[in-house]
Amino acid sequence: MLYAVLCYDREDVVGAWSKEEDEAVMARLGAVQEGLARQGRIGPVARLLPTTAATTVRKGKEALVLDGPFAETKEQLLGFYIIDCKDLDEAVTAARDLAAASGSPGAYELRPVSFFHDWASLTTPEAEPA
Amino acid sequence: MTDLGWIEASLVAARPRAVGALLRYFRDLDLAEEAYQDACLKALQAWPSKGPPRDPAAWLIFVGRNVGVDGVRKRAREQDLPDESALSDLSDAEDPAAERLDQSDYRDDVLRLLFVCCHPDLPATQQVALALRIVSGLSVRQIARAFLVTEAAMEQRITRAKRVVGQAGVPFETPGAVERAERLGAVAAMVYLVFNEGYTAPVGQEDRGGLAEEAIRLGRLLLRLFPAEPEIMGLLALMLLQHARAAARFSADGSAVLLDDQDRSLWDPKLIGEGLALMDKALRHARPGPYQVQAAIAALHARAPRPEQTDWAGIEALYASLERLEPSPVVTLNRAVAVMKARGPEEALALVEPLEPRLSSYFYFHGLRGALLKQLGRAREARLAFDQAVSLANTPAEAAHIRAEIESLVDEQPRLRRSS
Repeated sequence: MLYAVLCYDREDVVGAWSKEEDEAVMARLGAVQEGLARQGRIGPVARLLPTTAATTVRKGKEALVLDGPFAETKEQLLGFYIIDCKDLDEAVTAARDLAAASGSPGAYELRPVSFFHDWASLTTPEAEPA
Repeated sequence: MTDLGWIEASLVAARPRAVGALLRYFRDLDLAEEAYQDACLKALQAWPSKGPPRDPAAWLIFVGRNVGVDGVRKRAREQDLPDESALSDLSDAEDPAAERLDQSDYRDDVLRLLFVCCHPDLPATQQVALALRIVSGLSVRQIARAFLVTEAAMEQRITRAKRVVGQAGVPFETPGAVERAERLGAVAAMVYLVFNEGYTAPVGQEDRGGLAEEAIRLGRLLLRLFPAEPEIMGLLALMLLQHARAAARFSADGSAVLLDDQDRSLWDPKLIGEGLALMDKALRHARPGPYQVQAAIAALHARAPRPEQTDWAGIEALYASLERLEPSPVVTLNRAVAVMKARGPEEALALVEPLEPRLSSYFYFHGLRGALLKQLGRAREARLAFDQAVSLANTPAEAAHIRAEIESLVDEQPRLRRSS
């Protein structure tokens, strides 16, 4: 079974770390990742830019583009995509296409990725559902 | 990170919101600050054993309010003159409903706290000092070091600034939309002042470099409060894109390294990425403003892997629109640099010469004029311009840079034409 580990923390506190503190935390986390990588058990790892860089696409008949992160708590996080875009407009277009295809309400939060590393290409054992 | 480190970071992060709310309760900067300090002491006692609260700022506001109220009561008893107005002001603070801080209160609290620091009667440096003391919570010693003055002098400066603010009266009514926009504009300008205090610091002044990071933190705070304001996106992007070059801006011996000569591998790709992402967001609003245009200029520099790949025509166009938004001879001077790069020294010099009456005491004016004359082979005039620049240099690094130009003039006489 593949597990997604989603990281939550207080952005203003993490933002108050000095560069040295930040690097020390990243180094400690990197050591754990390397341990998993030696066993071939870790796939992509990403660190997101602060929520100030976020844009939210509200699904619906006309998808609505809003500044800032997804703020509601009625919905739950059900999945995510990593897509390569030349700019925000391209990312919004992709999110609109996904919104139209999904046909359900909800939202996509678009967050630029500040750090990305793919340790290994993992796949779920079962064939992916169509 | 140790527990204590986490607590310290939490206190720093919670400070603007907590002091802002306490200022709303007590209507007095000193009382608000004192109450916040007391609450921090209690946090240092309570949090290591009990664990950190879910919402550190709300905890600090609650505790700070209670110790503050006790303090006011005690002082009133000691003076034997119950200050009725102060106490009646506090009665609504004890209303449990006041504990529920909604997002808009929080936003106006923080904005007010920043806004009191940019009172128009305060000179720019005092605004910056006050904001660093009150909003960022830097110690007087840290601020004094940043401004290269003694601790006593800085203490005096901050006390004086607080008195001006106190006499002016803090605006406590909830601002209307127009007023909020005006406050936001003043606060944005003050945050950029903080940034520039750090950005223009001479090398070896790490404390001042810290000011640039502090300004970026304040910019992020502002954008979290006003997530749909393109000019705040522009301000934060501008600071990030400029600060990204920090490691490349000075050589080991402390002399300034010009943009063209900087080792671009030292530019911070993370900060550039964040700045560019914010510019993307701002552009979608199609409401340009001075910060966005300046950030767009910085973005064009950041996007060029090598100096010769810089889009100088694009930069010239951006400076032209900045001239329309905020006409100033300094902006025109900057446009002249772009013109020189895009179309050569002759056209640039034609743009620079008419600025003489207004910029005759400006170091960069004479520096650029000298460089243009040098490129045009007018060595004698170039030397005169460079001599004036040296006499107006703000830092030894600037003077050293111009002296090197003068020396190359002597070496390469009689005719010199350098491709840009």
